[in-house]
Amino acid sequence: MTMLPAAPSPRRLGLVIDLDTCVGCQACVVACKEWNTGGYGAPLADEQAYGAGPSGTWLNRVHGFEAGSGADGRMVHFPKSCLHCENAHCVTVCPTGASFKRASDGIVLVDEDKCIGCGLCAWACPYGARELDGQAGVMKKCTLCVDRIGAADLPESEREPACVRTCPTTARHFGDLADPDSKVSRLVAERGGFDLMAELGYRPTNKYLPPRPGRRSEGRADSELEDASPNGGFLGWLDKVLS
Amino acid sequence: MADVTRDGQRVAADEIRTTTCYMCACRCGIRVHLQDGELRFIDGNPDHPVNRGVLCAKGSAGIMQQHSPAKLRQPLLRNGPRGSGQFRPIGWDEALEIATGWLSRVRYDDPRKLAFFTGRDQSQALTGFFAKEFGTPNFAAHGGFCSVNMATAGMYTHGGSFWEFGEPDYERAHYFLMFGVAEDHDSNPIKLGLARLKDRGAKFVSVNPVRTGYSAIADEWLPITPGTDGLFVIALIHELLRAGKVDIPYLQRFTNSGWLVVEAAGTDGDGLFARDEQGRPLCMDLATRTLQPAEGADVDPMLAGLVELPDGRQARPVFELMARRYGQPDFAPDQVAERCGIPAATIRRIAAELADAAFGQPVVVETPWTDVWGKRHERFVGRPVAMHAMRGISAHSNGFHTCRSLHLLQALLGALDTPGSHRFETPYPKTIPPGPKPAGKPEHIHPGRPLPGMPLGYPLGPEDLLVDDAGEPVRIDKAYSWEAPLSAHGLMQLVIGNAKRGDPYRIDTLFMYMANMAWNSAMNTKETIDWLTEIDPATGEYVIPRIIYSDAFYSETVAYADLILPDTTYLERHDCISLLDRPIGSADAIQDSIRQPVLAPDRDVRPFQDVLIELGWRLGLGAFTDGDGNPRYRSYADYMVRHERTPGIGPLAGWRGEDGSLTGKGPPNPDQLQRYVENGCFFQEELPPSARFMKHFNKDYQDLAVRTGMMPAVGPLTVQLYSEPLQKFRLAGQGHGKVLPPERHRTRVATYFDPLPFWYPPFDAAANRDRFPLHAITQRPMAMYHAWHSQNVWLRQILAENRLYIPAAEAARHGLADDDWVLLESRHGAIQVQVRVMEGVNGQTVWTWNAIGKRAGTWGLDKDTNEARRGFLLNHLIDDLLPAREDGQRYPNADPVTGQAAWYDLTVRIEKVVRPDERVHPVFPPIARPPGQPPAPDQVAYGSQFRPWRPSR
Repeated sequence: MTMLPAAPSPRRLGLVIDLDTCVGCQACVVACKEWNTGGYGAPLADEQAYGAGPSGTWLNRVHGFEAGSGADGRMVHFPKSCLHCENAHCVTVCPTGASFKRASDGIVLVDEDKCIGCGLCAWACPYGARELDGQAGVMKKCTLCVDRIGAADLPESEREPACVRTCPTTARHFGDLADPDSKVSRLVAERGGFDLMAELGYRPTNKYLPPRPGRRSEGRADSELEDASPNGGFLGWLDKVLS
Repeated sequence: MADVTRDGQRVAADEIRTTTCYMCACRCGIRVHLQDGELRFIDGNPDHPVNRGVLCAKGSAGIMQQHSPAKLRQPLLRNGPRGSGQFRPIGWDEALEIATGWLSRVRYDDPRKLAFFTGRDQSQALTGFFAKEFGTPNFAAHGGFCSVNMATAGMYTHGGSFWEFGEPDYERAHYFLMFGVAEDHDSNPIKLGLARLKDRGAKFVSVNPVRTGYSAIADEWLPITPGTDGLFVIALIHELLRAGKVDIPYLQRFTNSGWLVVEAAGTDGDGLFARDEQGRPLCMDLATRTLQPAEGADVDPMLAGLVELPDGRQARPVFELMARRYGQPDFAPDQVAERCGIPAATIRRIAAELADAAFGQPVVVETPWTDVWGKRHERFVGRPVAMHAMRGISAHSNGFHTCRSLHLLQALLGALDTPGSHRFETPYPKTIPPGPKPAGKPEHIHPGRPLPGMPLGYPLGPEDLLVDDAGEPVRIDKAYSWEAPLSAHGLMQLVIGNAKRGDPYRIDTLFMYMANMAWNSAMNTKETIDWLTEIDPATGEYVIPRIIYSDAFYSETVAYADLILPDTTYLERHDCISLLDRPIGSADAIQDSIRQPVLAPDRDVRPFQDVLIELGWRLGLGAFTDGDGNPRYRSYADYMVRHERTPGIGPLAGWRGEDGSLTGKGPPNPDQLQRYVENGCFFQEELPPSARFMKHFNKDYQDLAVRTGMMPAVGPLTVQLYSEPLQKFRLAGQGHGKVLPPERHRTRVATYFDPLPFWYPPFDAAANRDRFPLHAITQRPMAMYHAWHSQNVWLRQILAENRLYIPAAEAARHGLADDDWVLLESRHGAIQVQVRVMEGVNGQTVWTWNAIGKRAGTWGLDKDTNEARRGFLLNHLIDDLLPAREDGQRYPNADPVTGQAAWYDLTVRIEKVVRPDERVHPVFPPIARPPGQPPAPDQVAYGSQFRPWRPSR
């Protein structure tokens, strides 16, 4: 068993993901793979790369599904990665101490040198956010691009996760959710950001912003335009106004 | 954030080089991060005006495109039957000698016998120029099966287009109406724009049979029945006219609503504009009650009423003709609702919302500007209704008129190039339509001589068609003939079929560049393959005797060519995104860009454009040969800098002149490419605030446009709601004029060359509805660009096989559940595919993702992959021709005005397959791997060569 930090971290770094603007384009998914396959730890391997049933390790995936029906129906694009929980069972079940939650910023990481690939953490994660790498035999997960966000040799503007940086609909935001004045905390407050499956009690750091209510009929479902010339008819309007 | 983790480990790559992405046609700026000379990371260039730092899934997967096992490695000469994949590797000298021999013979025999067609070519200014210099009219790129309806409808209406020639004003629009867009062109700008609109609280309505992608985040999704968008739009127009909610001053001043149309039925002047002795169109000026030149400075045109002309003929203003047509009760929402699949109340409400947005909440930009008549205006007043449309409108046989209807709707609202509406991107707007006309009339074609002009252009009337004395086509694809008079992008989809049929004639050499015509780019794929391999019994040769093909990858088409000229990847070459071709200008700036090589090829390949320029010299074409007989250009890069199309105007607009101080027009600058590279591989010159709107009439803009070579002269560009060029064709169809269609085409020409937009049922979809009751369409997935990305190990994990999505009610009717197999049948063929049940789709429509199915053995994939077993194309179901008319005439399965391939007119029926063999049909034999191509690896673990980064606790 591995211990979580004794006290809440002073910072709680995480993502805020806007379900109102995610179009399911997979940009974040591939940017994540691209950055992280050459960065933190072992590469993110791919099996049957050009054969039947290709599969590989990804730290972030977007699922598309339909929900509701009729007028309430919608197509949901749901990005899913590690939510860096406060109550991270993936850490506490780890038999070797490979999984850990950083005391400084709450990021949940895997020390690949200690990981034996037993997979307990993946079983413990209710979100399915960890993937065992088929070739390296170690557990891979979202690191919030921990190598980028603190990199002294990257310009300040680039010290954010690759997924956030690339998102074409600006549906992904990164910041400190312990700071009530941070941009991400304000977004959560303004837009009603919520915890994914809060009832399970894992206290995820990442938040999702719900779809905006939408402006389907602007409160005037029966509205229609009035005739310009009720008595003279259509051509009456023409005659009066235009000649 | 800097103190979070500072481990002293290096993260930044050794070197960052900028260039332009080519994972799709969007042309985003990218930064390529190189570590020890290898690709570490590709991200969006934050300074780049197209994508502003973001990048899509395709762009980020560029690393795996560079590492594709399907890369061609050396020139190849076929030495087995076509389609076998048997080739002999050859050197470049031999390859170019062979090509020169074939092409030279054709050029001095009959240059028409070279058909040179390029696919998703971003160098059409060069490839078209090569065709011109060679002397063949048979040139086009892929626009005929892509977007020509959008381009042509726009160019003949307002001198621009949706698509990439204009942009919704995402910063100011209050209401955004999007038609038939699914990850088409401009994908990252659209995504950025949608997020901005939603952030600003604008309303976003998506009109699309399928609720995916953009439609999924729309405030309102209207599941329209395919091919009925035009009818829906005309119903909106009907409502706006009924209520008088149209922008009368805008229409009077900026459109031809007040121009007088002669009513002289049965004469050759009927339906043309009344003009004065100088040929200027006339209006009835309300202030003076006299006829005045309609584009004069101070006219107040009358919009309704009969006018007697000095010659005794009668005329009416365009607006009255429009009002009479669209005011008809046939176009009332109640009359069109069922056909469109949108309730009448919804149509009425959308019309009311459009009117509210346009007239209730005008957007004002407080910038003084001067119009082309010299009158100063204190501000721009806008109508914050923006629209965008693309493939869903374009790929129907009624797409041209549907797109014109949309532009008419925009104009009625005053929502063209006003703040908050649809803005024109430099170098547009152009003359309506833009010059020049197409070259390639019979008298233009001579052995061994160039054409007098470029092969593609915009006809103004029947006299500009490329037909012979009998009125029959000059071009192999019948472009600019009576079958498709305004086919401004050619009809690539017909080339192989026409060449096989010898209709209008046989060709000798088919030369293609990056167009997958033996698979997903062909209508009627199975037959296309047969045509490519058919042998003429008289000669024992293939019916299409010689095929030269250039591509970077082992696509399905490579095996069907005789000589392969292997291209580089986009990271290994120079390119230019030119104002002469398909520009990346914005509404606020003049912009263009380049690609530069960021990696050296590791195999014996050459950039196609370099090869084409060398071929031009080897063929002795004057434009590619200097006075001493030496090559005029060393390379495409050299051509980009030194070529001048007209004096001072070349492929690149930035840093012209010897010191690089001139924009658009100026002598070549030997340091030009270096300046581009220093600036992130793009050029941008912002327009002054006074030049950013109302460009059709804005002197501040037009002065600058003339100075930079974007426009020929300053003057009003009046929006052509009523199109006189169309009426000229219609008159010819009615038997008037000097150039007349052959009798068999007349009724058709007279019908479809209506000078005002109208709606008619899509041709192929209208026939056999009892037998084939469902529409079938495709959508482009966001992480894939046509055929290109199945070879990409990352992207194919996102989508390696496709399903046919069917409406839930239809599934219930047939007893179908997810992953059941069905026979999908059209009038032309049948395929076996798997289904998935969906709620968010129009009830009369089935659909699938585009171009996921692959031929076994191609694209570096194993023979038994998902793409071959469970990926499919709808192409097999789509005929390239319409069924024969009673007299035997067969027209293209295309728009009758533009020749745009009508992919989305397809209708089908489905039938459950009870004992499926668990794979898609038809099944094609695998194609052998080409010589020299190493087997693809089973496993990939990219990045192990870079030092791993280790965390601290």
